[in-house]
Amino acid sequence: MIDLNAFFDELWIARWAVLQGVATTVAISALAIVFGSFLGTVVGLALTYGGRLTRLLFRAYTDFIRGTPVLVLILAGYYVLSTIGINLTPFQAGILALAVFCSSHVGEIIRGALQAIPKGQREAAMAIGLTFPQTFVWVLLPQALRQILPTWVNTAAEMVKASTLLSVIGVAELLLRTQEIISRSFLSLEFYFFAGVLYFFVNFGIELLGKWVERKTTIPGQG
Amino acid sequence: MSVLLEIQGLHKRFDATEVLKGVDCSVAQGEVVSIIGSSGSGKTTLLRCINMLEDFQDGRILLDGEEIGYDTRDGRRRRKPEREIARQRALTGMAFQQFNLFPHLTAAGNVMLGLIKTKRMAKEAAHQLALHWLERVGLADRADRYPGQLSGGQQQRVAIARAIAMQPKLMLFDEVTSALDPELVGEVLQVIKGLAADGMTMILVTHEMRFAFEVSSRVIFMNGGVIGEEGDPKTMFVAPKTERLAEFLKTSSFN
Repeated sequence: MIDLNAFFDELWIARWAVLQGVATTVAISALAIVFGSFLGTVVGLALTYGGRLTRLLFRAYTDFIRGTPVLVLILAGYYVLSTIGINLTPFQAGILALAVFCSSHVGEIIRGALQAIPKGQREAAMAIGLTFPQTFVWVLLPQALRQILPTWVNTAAEMVKASTLLSVIGVAELLLRTQEIISRSFLSLEFYFFAGVLYFFVNFGIELLGKWVERKTTIPGQG
Repeated sequence: MSVLLEIQGLHKRFDATEVLKGVDCSVAQGEVVSIIGSSGSGKTTLLRCINMLEDFQDGRILLDGEEIGYDTRDGRRRRKPEREIARQRALTGMAFQQFNLFPHLTAAGNVMLGLIKTKRMAKEAAHQLALHWLERVGLADRADRYPGQLSGGQQQRVAIARAIAMQPKLMLFDEVTSALDPELVGEVLQVIKGLAADGMTMILVTHEMRFAFEVSSRVIFMNGGVIGEEGDPKTMFVAPKTERLAEFLKTSSFN
């Protein structure tokens, strides 16, 4: 049977390890999402407004990345880059891989949202003398963001889940910490379940944040 | 009166189709010119070339003596840098058939955006000016509403205020009443009439023949990518010289 006392004893002993694991998971996910979203915005812009060659190149990039398992990206980021003289720590390599993965998804989301904005919006912005960067920041992005948000929250949650894969290159995130604790305490059921609950709370937090931003940015008079 | 806009030998192609086949015309300061013609005659394209919403392949457009969109140096024609074109676009104001208000900004916010970003006005000054122009189009009490909370006629009036607030040298109206319910057309035409009375130079592409007749100092009839006929509204509508125009008027709403 589940021995709750033993579990809490072990948890108390390992409390700092667990906290560090959660912190690492959150840090990895947050950095990957931030970098990935920036990169993804560039990808989305290139896919929507780029010339033919630019579009082709970025299309190849997103399709290639999206067709590759995240685990392969992570292993490539760590092992392949080191063979060409780029030595990243597991933490850095992991974030790079996740950010690249994130960018391909965010790029697609942004392309979809930008293409859904009527052409007249750009023309109206041009007609009052805005340059393209100004048009993007003040007219297109604010409208696209509202459409992007729900899907973007999904992607963010995916990134949190994908961060577990960094355990294979030795990043001490929540899953690896949990496994270490289990190898010492043999309370596998309890600690895996506990880790699951922690992941749930991280993602639940992201979802709440998304809902809050969505409420804040609702445009009056629009369905 | 001095010439404000001069168009010389304007040619515009969409891929293989030539839409404008050599348009020459000029508009004097303070003139109100209506462009009429059947759909596909190139009237909207002509309007859109004037503020470079469309590139054009040949010809010159001079606004107040300044060449719009292109430079010709050593016999080679080059598109001006994007920043320069953006600056030139702000010299003309444009109102669109579909209003194209920014849905995420209030009526005042719509008017302010160009003032702040293009004219680099301070926020407070821009707000004051926006209120002034919204009042001018009769919407002072709607300044804080979003486009989705306004009727079509109100949206179009905000769009006109947004364009006028930039104090353009020339206003372009692209079928501004075509998307409106009939009962909302009047309020928009009233605003345009007021601007005409103030001496604003305007070019209107319109299907409202009665309005064109009343407000215009001159009418241009576009036909197959060239100017078919032009003249003062009385002569144009009452005694058309070309058969084409006579035919067009017969099928249009003017009678």
